[in-house]
Amino acid sequence: MAEATVTPVAAPTARRLRDYGVYAALGILVAYNLLFTGNFATLANLNTQLVQVTPILIAALGMALVIGTEGVDLSVGSVMALSAALLPLYLGYGLMPALLVALLGGALCGVFSGTLVAVVGIQPIVATLALLVGGRGLALVIADGRLKDIRNPMLLELGSGSVAGIPIVVLIAAVLTLIVGFVVRYTTFGRQLVAVGGNRSASVLAGLPVRRILIVTYVISGVLAAIAGIVATARLTASDPSAIGQLAELSAITAVVVGGTPLNGGRVRILGTVAGALLMQLISATLIKHNLPTSAGLVVQAVIIVVAVLLQRPRLAGAK
Amino acid sequence: MTAVTEQAAVAVADKGMTKREWIAGLVQRRGSVVVLALVILVSSFSFDTFATLDNARNVAMQSSFLAIVALGMTFVIISGGIDLSVGSVYALGGVLAAIGIQWGSVAGLLLPLVVCGGIGLLNGALVAYGRLAPFIVTLATLLGARGLLLAITDEGANTRLMPRDAVLTQIGQGTLLGFGYPVWIAVVLFAVGVVVLQRTRVGHSVLAIGGSAEAARLMGLPVARRTMWLYTASGLLAGLSGALAAAYSASGVTIVGVGFELDAIAAVVIGGTLLTGGAGTVGGTLAGVLLLMVIQNVINQIGTLSSHYQSVVSGAFLAAVVAIQAYLSRAHLGRERST
Amino acid sequence: MTGDVVLDARAVGKRFPGVVALSDVDLTLAAGEVHALVGENGAGKSTLIKVLTGVHPPDSGELVFQGGPVRFSRPLDAQAAGISTVYQEINLVPLMSVASNLFLGREPRTRWGLMDFRAMNTAASTLLRSYGVEVDVTRPLRTLGAGVRQMVAVARAAATDARVVILDEPTSSLEPREVDTLFAIIDRVRAGGAAVLYVSHRLDELYRICDTVTVLRDGRKVHSGPMAELPRLRLVALMLGRDLEQIRKEGTTKFDSAQPEARQTPVLAAKGLTSPHLLHGVDVTVRPGEIVGLGGLLGAGRSETVRAIAGSLPVDSGTVTVAGKSVRSGSVAAAMRAGVVMLPEDRKSDGILPDLSVRENIVLAALPRLSAAGLVSRKRQDTIVDTFIRRLRIKASSPDQKVGELSGGNQQKVLLARLLCREPKVLLLDEPTRGIDVGAKAEVQALVAELAAEGLGVVLISSEFEEVVEGSDSIVVLREGHVVAQLRGGDVTEQKLIAALAEGGDG
Repeated sequence: MAEATVTPVAAPTARRLRDYGVYAALGILVAYNLLFTGNFATLANLNTQLVQVTPILIAALGMALVIGTEGVDLSVGSVMALSAALLPLYLGYGLMPALLVALLGGALCGVFSGTLVAVVGIQPIVATLALLVGGRGLALVIADGRLKDIRNPMLLELGSGSVAGIPIVVLIAAVLTLIVGFVVRYTTFGRQLVAVGGNRSASVLAGLPVRRILIVTYVISGVLAAIAGIVATARLTASDPSAIGQLAELSAITAVVVGGTPLNGGRVRILGTVAGALLMQLISATLIKHNLPTSAGLVVQAVIIVVAVLLQRPRLAGAK
Repeated sequence: MTAVTEQAAVAVADKGMTKREWIAGLVQRRGSVVVLALVILVSSFSFDTFATLDNARNVAMQSSFLAIVALGMTFVIISGGIDLSVGSVYALGGVLAAIGIQWGSVAGLLLPLVVCGGIGLLNGALVAYGRLAPFIVTLATLLGARGLLLAITDEGANTRLMPRDAVLTQIGQGTLLGFGYPVWIAVVLFAVGVVVLQRTRVGHSVLAIGGSAEAARLMGLPVARRTMWLYTASGLLAGLSGALAAAYSASGVTIVGVGFELDAIAAVVIGGTLLTGGAGTVGGTLAGVLLLMVIQNVINQIGTLSSHYQSVVSGAFLAAVVAIQAYLSRAHLGRERST
Repeated sequence: MTGDVVLDARAVGKRFPGVVALSDVDLTLAAGEVHALVGENGAGKSTLIKVLTGVHPPDSGELVFQGGPVRFSRPLDAQAAGISTVYQEINLVPLMSVASNLFLGREPRTRWGLMDFRAMNTAASTLLRSYGVEVDVTRPLRTLGAGVRQMVAVARAAATDARVVILDEPTSSLEPREVDTLFAIIDRVRAGGAAVLYVSHRLDELYRICDTVTVLRDGRKVHSGPMAELPRLRLVALMLGRDLEQIRKEGTTKFDSAQPEARQTPVLAAKGLTSPHLLHGVDVTVRPGEIVGLGGLLGAGRSETVRAIAGSLPVDSGTVTVAGKSVRSGSVAAAMRAGVVMLPEDRKSDGILPDLSVRENIVLAALPRLSAAGLVSRKRQDTIVDTFIRRLRIKASSPDQKVGELSGGNQQKVLLARLLCREPKVLLLDEPTRGIDVGAKAEVQALVAELAAEGLGVVLISSEFEEVVEGSDSIVVLREGHVVAQLRGGDVTEQKLIAALAEGGDG
């Protein structure tokens, strides 16, 4: 039985493609645009692209953590809508209370999903489905189905202002990326999260507080989704719970998977997730610039998802 | 268990069901029907306009399209899978019917069935033979089918009308005994579905695959082949439903079907099918669909309530049903698999 | 009693990368016999079953089934030919009814092609009743006890016109009464002219039900013959590859004779550990600096005992006391806080995180201690990791190398380091040297002795008897979840251990 030393891993080429393919694809796409797309290499365009991707990117950061625990959070789009709906309610008392209420809403959603997953023991897809279905309805009920214009100058500044030429929302996304990346890499919690996703039974045997780790992970995902909802609202200059976060869970999952985080947990690739989100954004932008329809963009996205999971497959087959 | 004979030796070791388990089981299997009956009863007394034939026709018509999609979803979920692509496929089916009808009603029906069945087949092949997670495969086809739809409709700008006198349009709009043809088609399909699931070997094997794919394989059942055809059937039914809906409105609308898969999943789960697979009923799904639609109807009747309460209610139902299911399986297996 | 040869495996060989799992194994099954297949871990039992049932094609040799050579390329082929298997983890569908499970894939149908439930239920009832099992066949299988499920699995296997029925550890979750019923079923299957291959390590059962026996050791057949002609002691000696004469000479002294150890307070005292089907009142006491071996054959409850102590196996009753303080049962975290750590038996599924680095794997259980304000202190981490890499002589290119890339021995050392980070009082080692090369094995053994010398209490499980005997100060011998003997001092010899396994604590 001496052979059983190396765990089954994908062939080196496939693994490299899985781990770094997203950066290569992003690089190629950027190069292509620099060469063939007019008005691409302008600051204005760069800012537009980055601003457009921020809500999805922020939600994808939380999704990456959840997927790292071998879970998935289908509720992020609805939580975005919920936070967008909660935001105007307390704006009368000032920006801070309004933001806090929205973030608290996201955190509660995370407690709900996390408890169902960690304590009740329901599969993550199933546990977060209820919130996906009900969350947006709740948001629409709170908002009475109406779009509310945002007049708070600070919130508007948040959405459209910029510091040193960089849009504030992009800065927020960058800071959050750094924080989440730091948490994953350098904190006890981050390392324990990766361990729980990589081998739950080993983690239990090593005495890790597995339930607490799972709940906190879903809470982080909920809070990040709430921030994404706030950012989307600020950019839109209106709280629109029927449109904000629509299908965001799918885009977030796509960014994470394309970024090389395996669906079966144990690895979290924050930089890859950022690259994944940027890649998907750039693909649709490129197609639009070349007057190719959105339909082509959707098909390309579909193909990229399938390719990404196919690259992960040998590990999946080897793991169980 | 008074006289313990040698013969009864084994029956003694039998754990038996506790009363609580039994009640929970009943709630899961029949809960949706009971709640449906209660809602209908209360609404009938509360609103004059509720218990009328017109309203019944209305609810039945609205239910029929979701019901047909949910029927395919029921089989997929019982087999332990999930099909997220049905919303897009449903919309695609409608548009294809509107395109195909220019070559006649037969083409108008066949075109959506062939293409949507093909998408289902692709899903099934990737899940059964490619061994990819159903969730992610059908997520990709959700996007892909929507892309295809936009591609053939000038990016959704082009809503095709269907000629009112075509046979297909007539099927969508005509009535029999006061109820629209789509309602009857849904009824027939559900009848077939009940028989297939409960009275045929195919249905039996679907239950087995969802209960334990490994055991089913070891028992000699053709797991991969059957799984592939289930997704194909789900695609076919979603396409058919889309075509009927298009015929009903006499146009291939491009913006329908977003989130339709969630309604279908909600109806299936509320109807008592285990999302983890292995158990469920076609009749329960029908009750789940009707429950969702009746609640929507009641919210409309109340008038002052936001129509969005409907999804809040279905979300709450989902959470409750799923929690009951978790409790049930824990009650049975909890002792053996803790932490 | 026995008839024609049904299945004949001739000189079957099977190798996997790096190991020879089977070499030149012969097995002959005759109609109407119950044939025992015995052997310790790694003897090749499961590989042989997999070859017979078409899971693995043999590399050499041939299978002759009912007179003609056969080659099964997948399990279905073997099943269709008439070889049915009941696996240890029962392969039935728990949510479906008893009758459905019995008839899945060959349900009786009405003339309309629909399933005939009434006929199916009647047939299922009749079938089970003929085996002496009275049960409502319409109930879902999961609402029934393990015993009934086992009966249904066997009945299904026997009912599919099987010529050969393979039963892999069929009694591991059964009550004694249920075992009686199962044996009645096996009798019927035998009377029906099928051959039964019965895999078990419960010696009592083998002698009760089996006609013939084949013993495997290290992938070879070491004995085959009538069960009744093989004395127990010789059977155990064959399984373990030991010299019978020596055992006979020394193995007859009384057990429990040695003097108890010096009057030191035990660092670990487990009393009356009980878990259904697994443990029946097991006591283990370890003093500081003592290595207590757990002796027993496969399935005797050794792993379960250490898992119960470590809190990863829930117990119905029993107490665990560490250094005089009682520990809450059923919680790994509580046991760890008390100073009890366990090296799990299955390194891959319960131990390593293959994608993480050596450093991360080592510090996993000690992360909170090595952190300040939730931040992992790289410096403290590096100090401790360096210390253990040096002390345990872990061979890795750097602390950043992925554990999945290390050899088995080094993976094991990494896991040991993980446990030692917690500065434990009691170390539970379940098969610490399994699957690692000879050099690493000696190193691990030396290390364990060294740790004990420093005052740790150690509980050691090993399927290699030399290791237990050489490494332990005393041995607790388990059989079917009971403690059957305690060997101390001069009694800690292989001969006494083997004799205790074969005979100890009968009745």
